[in-house]
Amino acid sequence: MRAIVTVIGKDKVGIIASVCNLLAHYGVNVLDISQTVLQEYFTMIMLVDASACSVPFAELSRALDADGQKQGLQIRAQREEVFNAMHRI
Amino acid sequence: MIQRNEILQTIEMIDQQHLDIRTITMGISLLDCADTDIGRSCTKVYDKICRLAGNLVKTGEDIEAEFGIPIVNKRVSVTPIALVGAATGAKSYVPYAEALDRAAKQIGVNFLGGFSALVQKGMTESDRVLISSIPEALSETDFVCSSVNVGSTRAGINMDAVAEMGRVIRRAAGLTADQGGMACAKLVVFCNAVEDNPFMAGAFHGVGEPECEIHVGVSGPGVVEHALKAVRGQSFDVAAETIKKTAFRITRMGQLVAQEAAHRLDVPFGIVDLSLAPTPAVGDSVAAILEELGLESVGAPGTTAALAMLNDAVKKGGVMASSHVGGLSGAFIPVSEDAGMIAAAENGKLTLEKLEAMTCVCSVGLDMIAVPGDTPAETISAVIADECAIGMVNNKTTAVRIIPAPGKTVGDRVDFGGLLGTAPVMPVNTCSPAEFIARGGRIPAPLHSLKN
Repeated sequence: MRAIVTVIGKDKVGIIASVCNLLAHYGVNVLDISQTVLQEYFTMIMLVDASACSVPFAELSRALDADGQKQGLQIRAQREEVFNAMHRI
Repeated sequence: MIQRNEILQTIEMIDQQHLDIRTITMGISLLDCADTDIGRSCTKVYDKICRLAGNLVKTGEDIEAEFGIPIVNKRVSVTPIALVGAATGAKSYVPYAEALDRAAKQIGVNFLGGFSALVQKGMTESDRVLISSIPEALSETDFVCSSVNVGSTRAGINMDAVAEMGRVIRRAAGLTADQGGMACAKLVVFCNAVEDNPFMAGAFHGVGEPECEIHVGVSGPGVVEHALKAVRGQSFDVAAETIKKTAFRITRMGQLVAQEAAHRLDVPFGIVDLSLAPTPAVGDSVAAILEELGLESVGAPGTTAALAMLNDAVKKGGVMASSHVGGLSGAFIPVSEDAGMIAAAENGKLTLEKLEAMTCVCSVGLDMIAVPGDTPAETISAVIADECAIGMVNNKTTAVRIIPAPGKTVGDRVDFGGLLGTAPVMPVNTCSPAEFIARGGRIPAPLHSLKN
């Protein structure tokens, strides 16, 4: 099952490393990454494959959210279907 | 592959423009819970709701986490209790309300609708018992919602029921005087009530519906307002097209969530209700959309036309995005639940009469309106009769949810908290309709009801 992970927040050292570590910990494979820093504001969008995720997806999503809050970042994992439903016919 | 800007647009809609799924509502038939003993019947009602809807809240929360879209309410609607209780011969249906309230608390939903009766043509003994139980039922429970259908295009308006509902509303307000007449916020009087409405307080599970099903009500006034900001000053053709596109996106999200919820709960998908439902939060207002269309304030001349265009465009955009559209499907204009409406009502720019005109072109009716506590029952009944006439003649659903706020007068406010918001007490025309209401009987169905 594919999902989109977005990370938004103030830029600092190690954001990509920490998010990727967390994803690796849960067995989630990163397929594509795009990221920009605009006026110190960090935005990263990742396409991931969560088929082999070691926990239910809802739990992964909550874990990423909790980790993001600790770091002052918004991290969300959403199933790809949401974006397809909204932007593709 | 989804583009980066599309992903960020979706996130912005959720984060900053209050896009959410307003409700996942499970409709449950209680027809098989009838019994000659009211105690046994109540036990069956409680058990069935807990069995079928036990996982509703958890499923909603899981979908919320996985899809990253807030699902504000999880609710249950049931068969009108006047039908379920008919065999008991009981003189009060308050025990049913208590059983429903216990079930709602057990499964964790925040409202449960269906303490209802359908009396558009006349009342059965059971309907009478239900209606007379409403004030106690709503004042002694927390989450039970009640509705009574008193008119329809096919049957006309049951003016005896209209007269009775004026008295019931006053009694319900009196019993919850310490909470500003809260019981009335959980009571809706309908004309042309729909059987698959997912929104409270008017939801019930009609007899034409299956054993159990899932309905979804979407929302997103903030998203529409934001989209309209980008086309400020442009023609109505452009504005309508913009609203349609936005409504399409919102509804696709609703359809996805509805199908996913139905699949996980293993019950059929019912309908998606295409409604713009506001909340008291800033940036989540239908009034703000009308003002974005160029009105200084909601209530100004032009409001009805703006609302008609908005309502139509939302339906046109939404209908293509869902396999089954139903419920009320239209823009809601509840005064207490919309920051823009509250402001306009407080400074006298929005009157009851203008609101009545607005209900001709949108769903659903005079909704969450506080009036002075000394408003006579006959006046409340006559307000209901006017709304019913609009619904009956125009073949649409109309409703009245009015709160004669005990001890309050024009200029005061009543705070109901949460989604129900804050209602400014609005002036009502004080000319008496007492003799009109005293006539009773039925207003005959209009000529265009004879369609066969």
